[in-house]
Amino acid sequence: MTATSTAPAVRTPSTPTRRRTAGRWFSELGWRHVVGVVFVVYAAFPIVYVLSASVAEGGTLTGSNQLFDTFSTENYARLADTVYWSWFANSVLIAVATSIGTVLMGAAAAYAFSRFRFTGRRVGLTTLLILQMFPQMLAFVAIFLLLISLGEVVPALGLNSRVALICVYLGGALGVNTFLMYGFFNTVPRELDEAAKIDGATHAQTYWTIILRLVTPILAVVALLSIIATFGEFVIARVLLQSESNWTLAVGLYSWVSSLLEANWGLFAAGAVISTIPILALFLFLQKYIVGGLTAGSVKG
Amino acid sequence: MTDLQQSRTASREASDDAPAPPGRPSRRFRLGRRDESPAGRYGAGFLAKLALMAVVDAFGVYVVWSAYLAESWFILGAMVAMLVVANWVYFSRRVVPLKYVLPGLIFLFTFQIFTIGYTGWVAFTNYGDGHNSTKEDAVAALLVQNERRVEGSPAVPLTVVADGDELGFAVVQPDGTTAVGSAEEPLEAADATVTEGRVTAVDGWEVLDRAEVLARQGEVTDLRVPVSDDPAAGSVRTQDARTGYVYESTLVYDEAADTMTDTATGTVYTPNDEGQFEAADGSTLNVGWRVFVGFDNFTTAFSDSRYSGPFFQIVVWTFVFAFASVATTFLLGMFLASVFNTPMRGRKIYRTLLILPYAIPGFVAPLLWSGLLNRSFGFVNQVLLGGAAIPWLTDPWLAKLSIIGVNLWLGFPYMFLICTGALQSLPTDVLEAAKIDGAGRLRTWRSVVMPLLLVSTTPLLISSFAFNFNNFALVYMLTGGGPRFEDASVPLGHTDIMITMVYSVAGLDGNAPKDFGLASALSIVIFVIIATISAIAFKRTRSLEEIN
Repeated sequence: MTATSTAPAVRTPSTPTRRRTAGRWFSELGWRHVVGVVFVVYAAFPIVYVLSASVAEGGTLTGSNQLFDTFSTENYARLADTVYWSWFANSVLIAVATSIGTVLMGAAAAYAFSRFRFTGRRVGLTTLLILQMFPQMLAFVAIFLLLISLGEVVPALGLNSRVALICVYLGGALGVNTFLMYGFFNTVPRELDEAAKIDGATHAQTYWTIILRLVTPILAVVALLSIIATFGEFVIARVLLQSESNWTLAVGLYSWVSSLLEANWGLFAAGAVISTIPILALFLFLQKYIVGGLTAGSVKG
Repeated sequence: MTDLQQSRTASREASDDAPAPPGRPSRRFRLGRRDESPAGRYGAGFLAKLALMAVVDAFGVYVVWSAYLAESWFILGAMVAMLVVANWVYFSRRVVPLKYVLPGLIFLFTFQIFTIGYTGWVAFTNYGDGHNSTKEDAVAALLVQNERRVEGSPAVPLTVVADGDELGFAVVQPDGTTAVGSAEEPLEAADATVTEGRVTAVDGWEVLDRAEVLARQGEVTDLRVPVSDDPAAGSVRTQDARTGYVYESTLVYDEAADTMTDTATGTVYTPNDEGQFEAADGSTLNVGWRVFVGFDNFTTAFSDSRYSGPFFQIVVWTFVFAFASVATTFLLGMFLASVFNTPMRGRKIYRTLLILPYAIPGFVAPLLWSGLLNRSFGFVNQVLLGGAAIPWLTDPWLAKLSIIGVNLWLGFPYMFLICTGALQSLPTDVLEAAKIDGAGRLRTWRSVVMPLLLVSTTPLLISSFAFNFNNFALVYMLTGGGPRFEDASVPLGHTDIMITMVYSVAGLDGNAPKDFGLASALSIVIFVIIATISAIAFKRTRSLEEIN
């Protein structure tokens, strides 16, 4: 606690502005800084702790309690002797593939719902809205059994296959994201489509060359949300992926912590830090879009 | 199809300044058909579509063929149907919207809608350990499991051989011929070098030496190589990796009468309603098959003394947990959002630092906290509380508190984000009107800000509730559902929520016998609960919006 609380505390302005009294300043702004510092410490201390644990020597849980007592990159180096980097590659590959598939399929469906009027459109939209409430993971037992049967026919789509896992994730693509995109697609003026149509563009040309360019922000948001969700998904990956080399980070790091927590702590901490970096980077970089996307979804729901 | 081809030139021109979009599955859409311009057949777009459909069709035909070989008629039928639909959609001009929706729809049907339906089906069967497959498979498995050495059968000199990972036996038959086979392939005559009455080399197989055999001892003693294609002919097995004996099943299946007869004791087993062979005295054979059991699984969950107690406790805790999670995270998030809704120095830095927990992958946080809260070595007990030994994760009540506490840390940044967004988009005229009318800070907050905030955040609060209702990773990683209930016959604990209960009951982690039927029945219960909550909640949301 001591190490963490000092750093943010520096930011508290210590002198009130000239024209106001200290008491007035505190009741208007000062207390906000106190609240801010307290909760920043609360939010950040586990993160500071895991950073410290990842560079602690020895790599045991007990040895990690003195924050930044020792410094060594031993834990990071030891990751190379484990399957960690395979897990990392699996996680990234699966997340990126799922995200690309999700964006392509979700955007296409949103285009159809937004621009065409066809029988079953209302029913389709309502069904998607309802399906949205039932996360795929509820049916993981059935998914497991389905993949046993599929694997007997096409081994690449059976249990323990990363391709199969991606396919399963893609099954949830429409339900979760179409609405978010649909709302955004509706904000693109129809006059643009009509102008293109008059100029002789086909519906495919309108889609690929006009609409998709105008909705890039929502595509980025959906891609990002999908990457973050897939990267962190645990249940289905745990149920489907069986051999250690096929695991994702979530399944792998869980296995380190659940077995021999004390001994593996340094390894886990180092692994956790590395696996946080890509998500954190994406997140901070695109924070603005994410907030916008979240509220857009809430209004159009 | 002609109209498809006609529009090619236009498509190609457009794609000059628009590079082909990335990703395979959707490229097939680029082919339009509305344009009636007569120029250009077989443009690049059409060829791309043709190539993609060729790949899809090739894959489909491969699946159909494999399904035929594996005798999976259901998969075969489904695949044929999908192929027909896909080809019709992409080569017809009538169903333009479907061209855009179909790829997503196929995945949605296979991996979400079908699995929901399948859950419903499994919930009414006794699928699980001992009832894993069809009756046919059960009969075959029973015949294999009950094999005994045939009295007086000759000992055959045997050599363990391997082909990659697959083990096999090479034997010298009593008539002097040599044969080789594996678990998959029955014994078949093969040319082999025989030294001192034993096979020492055989084509296509590698002879294992003593050390290698010892290393794979378990596999060797488990291996059974069928004597011929006829399962009733028995199989060759070995105990010492040097001598093999022919084993035959002590059970005989009478297909006409549909009965199993134990030739050793003469007992006759007949199939019963539960998917097992049962003798007159009530004893059953250990391998059964799937049958419909009606509402038995639901009855077990609600009234079986072993399950119903824990089940009700878990249902209550699931609601408490989900509600407490939403309430605590929302209150803290809203509080912080309103604190930082005033212009002040460092506001951006505070905001960025406060959402840090949200940016951490969902699986890292619970694992990290399980270390922090460890009773003997954890940071919280050792450093923050100066060496206390508080059983944060192993005491029933403290574990529940810890879970809600950890979820508060994980979840408040999200609520902070959405409340910040919602507060910023509040119409200023309403706030001004309140001020003019003389409303104080608190009054404005209660009567103006809160209702407006709730209107825009309620849908998110509902989905947050639904998410936490099924927050598997948090519970499973932090406490594993423990501490366990006193009744050790069920693999459940005090912090289990319904979805982790489903996982434990399904036995997928090997800690309990597999019971897919009961697990699916529990999933159905969750479905029903969520559906009810969502229906009520969305109805109320609409009324909220109408009021304002």
